[in-house]
Amino acid sequence: MKILVVDDEEDVKSLFEQKFRREIRAGQFEFSFAFSGEEALAFLAQHPSEVVMILSDINMPGMSGIELLRSIRREHPSAPPQVMMITAYGDSANHDQAMELGADDFLTKPVNFIELKEKLLNTI
Amino acid sequence: MDYFLVSFFLIQYVRTSLQTAEQMPRWDTLLKYARIFSIVLIATFYAADQPDWIQWIWHVFLIGIMVVLYRNDEFKPIRSMIQAVIPFIVVSVINDFLEAVFPKFYNRYDQILSIATIFAFILCFVIWFYARKQQKVLIKEREDRLREEKESKAQKESLEYLVAERTWELTQQKEELQKAIEELKATQNQLIQSEKMASLGELTAGIAHEIQNPLNFVNNFSEVSVELCQELEEEIDKTAIQDSEKEYIKEIIGDLSQNQQKITHHGKRADSIVKGMLQHSRTSSGEKEPVDINTLADEYMRLAYHGLRAKDKEFNAALVTDFDSTIGTVKVLPQDLGRVFLNLFTNAFYAVADKKRKLSEAGNLNDYKPEVKISTKKFNNKLYIRVSDNGTGMPDHVKAKIFQPFFTTKPTGQGTGLGLSMSYDIITNGHGGALEVDTVEGEKTEFRITIPII
Repeated sequence: MKILVVDDEEDVKSLFEQKFRREIRAGQFEFSFAFSGEEALAFLAQHPSEVVMILSDINMPGMSGIELLRSIRREHPSAPPQVMMITAYGDSANHDQAMELGADDFLTKPVNFIELKEKLLNTI
Repeated sequence: MDYFLVSFFLIQYVRTSLQTAEQMPRWDTLLKYARIFSIVLIATFYAADQPDWIQWIWHVFLIGIMVVLYRNDEFKPIRSMIQAVIPFIVVSVINDFLEAVFPKFYNRYDQILSIATIFAFILCFVIWFYARKQQKVLIKEREDRLREEKESKAQKESLEYLVAERTWELTQQKEELQKAIEELKATQNQLIQSEKMASLGELTAGIAHEIQNPLNFVNNFSEVSVELCQELEEEIDKTAIQDSEKEYIKEIIGDLSQNQQKITHHGKRADSIVKGMLQHSRTSSGEKEPVDINTLADEYMRLAYHGLRAKDKEFNAALVTDFDSTIGTVKVLPQDLGRVFLNLFTNAFYAVADKKRKLSEAGNLNDYKPEVKISTKKFNNKLYIRVSDNGTGMPDHVKAKIFQPFFTTKPTGQGTGLGLSMSYDIITNGHGGALEVDTVEGEKTEFRITIPII
């Protein structure tokens, strides 16, 4: 399963790679990383219909996670990948907005990786 | 006859003008006798067929009166009037003297001398009359002056009364103004205080957000490192290294893993502080609901007490409750207010326990009885809650800072310094109330919560 992680923090890459090392080695997950909303859209354009799941931060400089979600849902209406939003601000306004725009799930930071792993494995 | 008139009027004049009847009764009686004497004299004069010698008695009598009047200071005010009699007496005496000693001469100038006598007599009365008139004018003037004085005195009194009244009013106003100024100053201080707290709260929340992201990385990476260490250990077993070397490598891995766990542990500690800070900014999500304040306070008092007992088995304190049973339920944010109670009670118990510890270290525990008291009162649509203890109290410089975030007097790791700052926020912003503190160093501390009842 191809998963695109979108976060402005570059260390997210190594964290995910280490946290899901076993799954990556086992070939269960394949992670790609984008460090901004714009980068994520460019990646999606280059690899159409490859990405199954997108994990996106909301609070990012430039294009925010919410805007990214909106444009994904607009540009890929046919084969929508699963989109999971991750944010440090677990308030209801963010949550409601994300859900309204078609997010499949909503997680708050700090991310509980055990829970995330379960969720990812369930989507396979 | 003329002698009688002169003496009679003279005596009368003296009596009336000096008002001897009231002013000097002793002289009055004497004057009365003199009057009677003059009446007797005139009577004798007519009864004895007008003898000449009686004239001399008159002379002596009148001169006697004059001498008496002159020599006594009491009669000074009318001396000038009395003098009017002198020419008459002199002329009369000369007249009688000439008649007796030089009869011939007297007979020749008889007419002139009697005319002189008459003139002196008339002069005497004219002067009297004139003086009387003048005196009347004087008396009138004096009366006028007295009346004026009286009037001005009355006016003065009324003015003084007015002035006193105004002064009183002004003093009253001044006091009111002073009171108003003091109130304003107090309000200003409160405003400054709450502004400071609000901005500190915002700052705190902002900092917390900024810290949370890097902190998450610290925690996540250290956690994942622990996992990596475990995996490394497993992998080593698969290799063909000598057992002794394996043991050595595993030892290092064990230390690494332990270090990672330490990082995680302290990271979690920092995380809980950040969480506490974030609660500052959290716009109170809960709805206000009617809560039995007494039950809530009691519940948290026990909670704090047993929380401390669990950590320190020797800890003991008397819990005194003074609840106003008429409060009933009040609309508050129960979880937030509970947190305030928990903070205040925890601090109170900490203060009494600290005092007890210090006293026993110093060896003079004596009969110190730790006591924590809660009292509630509903009055004038306001809820008053007091949490007091007879613990260590606070010096002024500590008291000034207790509501600031991160200020704590507890040893490192035991307090975040957020409890009272958050309580302050909950009471002032969450409930529109006030949180104040009163303390005497080494003796007691009292926190007062005032919440308007909606």
